Amino acid sequence: MSDKPDKFIDDDGLRLDGRRFDEIRPMKIEIGVLSRADGSCYLEWGKNKILAAVYGPRTLHPRRKQIPDAALIRYRYNMASFSVEERVRPGPSRRSVEISKVSAEAFEPVVLTKYYPNTVIDVFTEVLQADAGTRTAAINAASLALADAGIPMQCLVSACAVGKVDGKLVLDLNKEEDNFGDADLPVAMTQDGEVTLLQMDGNLTPDELKESLEMLKKGCTEIFEIQKKALYTKFGKDPVLDVDDIDDEDDEGLAQIQVELDDSEGEDVELDEDYLDVDEELEEAVEVIEVEEDPDKKGISNLSDEKEDDSDEQ
Amino acid sequence: MSSEVMARLKKDYIYNLMLKGEREDKRSFDEVRDIQIETNVIDKAEGSAKVQVGQTQLIAGIKLQKGTPFPDSPDEGVIITSMELNPIASPIFEPGPPNENAVEMSRVVDRGIRESGSIDLKKLCIKEGEEVWMVFVDIHVLNDDGNILDAASIGAISALLTTKIPAIGEDNDEIPVPVRELPVAISLVDIEGQLMVDPSLDEETICNTKITIISNQDGSICGMQKSGNGGLTIDQVLEASEIAVKRASEIREKHLLDI
Repeated sequence: MSDKPDKFIDDDGLRLDGRRFDEIRPMKIEIGVLSRADGSCYLEWGKNKILAAVYGPRTLHPRRKQIPDAALIRYRYNMASFSVEERVRPGPSRRSVEISKVSAEAFEPVVLTKYYPNTVIDVFTEVLQADAGTRTAAINAASLALADAGIPMQCLVSACAVGKVDGKLVLDLNKEEDNFGDADLPVAMTQDGEVTLLQMDGNLTPDELKESLEMLKKGCTEIFEIQKKALYTKFGKDPVLDVDDIDDEDDEGLAQIQVELDDSEGEDVELDEDYLDVDEELEEAVEVIEVEEDPDKKGISNLSDEKEDDSDEQ
Repeated sequence: MSSEVMARLKKDYIYNLMLKGEREDKRSFDEVRDIQIETNVIDKAEGSAKVQVGQTQLIAGIKLQKGTPFPDSPDEGVIITSMELNPIASPIFEPGPPNENAVEMSRVVDRGIRESGSIDLKKLCIKEGEEVWMVFVDIHVLNDDGNILDAASIGAISALLTTKIPAIGEDNDEIPVPVRELPVAISLVDIEGQLMVDPSLDEETICNTKITIISNQDGSICGMQKSGNGGLTIDQVLEASEIAVKRASEIREKHLLDI
């Protein structure tokens, strides 16, 4: 491990890797990289290299773990033994067990698990190379792998961390800031700013916490835009679509899917105690499954097609 | 299956009470249950405390062993926190290695002690690079009546406050473990938008989301953890941290400062 630097932020306000305090590291995303998985995503974020894959929904064994009215999300965060300087012992550690648990819970609020009773949605994330912020990077990749698998979700989940170095809050910690910083606050959020994962260690005053959460909201929004672009690049109807133009086309794509799902589900899925609509929901779910099985097309693009059909009827 | 039916019925019951501004045990939403701490309950351990929060009971025991330090911190002792959810404590706990809940909770307790700098690890060094004290904090849950995590956090720090480091050699006396900070974890659950502090067993079972906030004497926050299948708004996180810091300082003054 390298030694603690004297200064994390130079006189120009730049960090060790040249970023500003609220700037995230460059992110590279490729969707659908594994042929056997139902959905997959490879993500590079700074020097992090993450591979995420989704299998399912598939029958859950052992049966006693099945949930009669929902799918179980089973998330595995795993570090390759060669991913860090000092070799990691293969197999689950206490750290990876905890991260796996909270990461699964980060997706529970957005994945429409009610469509797939008694099943499991397996999300596997492999950290091939680690360089600070692997759990948030894995969540960003997993979110896209779920979309690639055509799993119905209310929205994507985006994750980022804020930390404190030299008494100043910084977004998306690099390795030095992570190792020697005074705080680390990884958070996952939906586009609406709903916090679905939150952990913290270090030391923050209540005011710093407030400021951190505001920075995280901005950071997660930025990551969401990158994720959205990646989905467009992969599934956009127009193959020559310039990804930089996406922002202008507000009423297309994911935002629409979200609206559609919101409409069919009422205000809040979690709160929905009324199962009268369940037949309708199931029909919809069946439609989604059929769409997935169409070999020429894949989940997300079809979801948006579906939406267009609906609007034509209206 | 029956437990799921019960959970749904209980959810209705607790939700309806919440709409009236009540909780099942008549507490207000930001009120914690009575806490009892008894220290030095196990003579064989170097430090120990039995904690009761409502009907939740557990014993935190400290064992000290000599060991080799980690290469990246040759002059610092080591603290290891673990928790066992014994089958004696609940019909749904099973024997065997710690499950993910136990791992998560013990790591959150550990985070509080570690990140607050509560223990001066340098004072646990016997010979730099060769021998240090390893402090094992073991949480033994005896009865689960909800919110084991907060009870465990209080138990761990109480037990550490009573821990003595054995004498080494002839001219040394045993000395207390150097405790510099008193981190206290406070958990709140979100039930349909209402935050409730120190959840009872039913509240914890049916809640969407739980958030735990560990704070220091100066009101700063040294650890947080969201768990459970729901989400929280940013405002809820801030509200929770405000309540948690207040309750933690009350518990610290009432129970911990005189140990």
